[in-house]
Amino acid sequence: MTRRELFEHRQKRRSIMIAATSTILVLVAVIVFVPMTPGWEKVQKSFFNGAVLAKTFPRLIEAFKLNIMIFLWSAPLIAILGLLVALARDAKSPALFPLRILSTAFTDVFRGVPVILTVYLIGFGIPGLGLPRPWNSPYIWGSLALILTYSAYVAEIFRAGIDSVHPSQRSAALSLGLSERQVMRDVVLPQAVRNVVPSQMNMLIALQKDVSLLSFIGPVEIFRQAGVFKSLLANFTPYVGAAIIFLVVTIPATRYADYLLARQSRERS
Amino acid sequence: MAKLELRNVVKRFGDVVVCNGINLDVEEGQMVCLIGASGAGKSTLLRCINLLEPTEDGGIFLDGTDIAVPGLDPQAARKKIGMVFQNFNLFPHMTALENAMLAPRRVYKKSRSELETDVASLFTRFGLADRMQNYPDQLSGGQQQRVAIIRALAMRPDVMLFDEITSALDPQLVGEVLDVLLQLKQQGMTMVLATHEMQFARQAADKICFLKDGQIIEEGPPEQLFNAPKHVATKEFLSRALK
Repeated sequence: MTRRELFEHRQKRRSIMIAATSTILVLVAVIVFVPMTPGWEKVQKSFFNGAVLAKTFPRLIEAFKLNIMIFLWSAPLIAILGLLVALARDAKSPALFPLRILSTAFTDVFRGVPVILTVYLIGFGIPGLGLPRPWNSPYIWGSLALILTYSAYVAEIFRAGIDSVHPSQRSAALSLGLSERQVMRDVVLPQAVRNVVPSQMNMLIALQKDVSLLSFIGPVEIFRQAGVFKSLLANFTPYVGAAIIFLVVTIPATRYADYLLARQSRERS
Repeated sequence: MAKLELRNVVKRFGDVVVCNGINLDVEEGQMVCLIGASGAGKSTLLRCINLLEPTEDGGIFLDGTDIAVPGLDPQAARKKIGMVFQNFNLFPHMTALENAMLAPRRVYKKSRSELETDVASLFTRFGLADRMQNYPDQLSGGQQQRVAIIRALAMRPDVMLFDEITSALDPQLVGEVLDVLLQLKQQGMTMVLATHEMQFARQAADKICFLKDGQIIEEGPPEQLFNAPKHVATKEFLSRALK
């Protein structure tokens, strides 16, 4: 071993020791001191009740399937609408001027209004028109609210991606005789989309959580289901169960997005 | 009538005049080298010829037709004028072969299979047959630049423009790219180069143009311009460039 390796080896062992000790100290503090608080027994019974959790968990997972369904049909539509809005905002042709104005207004409005408000307004407003079944379904209009809000954000990310492609790529493509449209489709967009995959992953994770906002207008998804159990059993544990189910999905997804981002910044350097 | 004729070409960026009334004739099969300090207007002039920059005034005639008329679709002219850039500008998400086939596929609506033999023969000719399936980031700078040349040639252009194509290369890679230019010259390609490679320009060019402040100060065959420059500015530039 070189003296550098020897030194680094010692350093590494030292930092592992310190990290382990401090972690153990924190754990001991939590395990020992939290149960000593006066309300702990009550909290444990109403939030971390094993019996309640076991009883409600299967139904919560059942309800979570609805979250996944709503997510699955919303996400592709968001991607498509977001991309169209991004392209419309940068449209150069004067004939498309109204489209440009419209798409700018679209992103301004839906990024400027809280998601829950959009869900309320669209989710209650449009069925209020007295449309026949199935067009009065809160699933449709709730999903639409999510699609509109998220498309506005996703469009802005796509636009940033388009801007991130170096202008020399456009020059090179134009110099070959390609049209503006072909340059966008074949050269700029593929690179732009690839550049923003990590950011869009984060949007997907946020969407996955915001699906729960639809519970306010009717659909019995996991949050609503947990609320039903709470009232039924006078116990908050179902909410903790719901949180666990969310984390099982979102933590791997977040890690994956971080990994993509790290890989991308490595490639750029 | 020369293959390519520039008549009083004027290009401004805001208040800065970058090309100040440039006149130039490029005969069929000629290699013309533009030399001059950075900022003299060489690159901008090439970008103007390719219509990547709109010109303020003057005409650019290809086979006698003015291609720089405002409002004219630049695509038609760009099909006939290939351009190679300093930083290669290959499309990173495509293999070398796909880079070269993209424009003919889209512009001439040809299928991959129709093009493949033709384009592959270009790779073979320039010694890159075994690199066709590589992505740009798997190639050396010299290889990337040769792929960029092949990509432009795949459109079968009449004229090729080269914008300081060896400036971003490591010194030991410059030779392989300049060899490609010599090969093209032998095959009778009409070429305009902006270059800092004085030795190459001296040996290979048919005509040298010295640019300063957006004007061609002096032009002539290399022997004349390098051995007996008439203008003071040319002398000064060459004495520094050839040191």
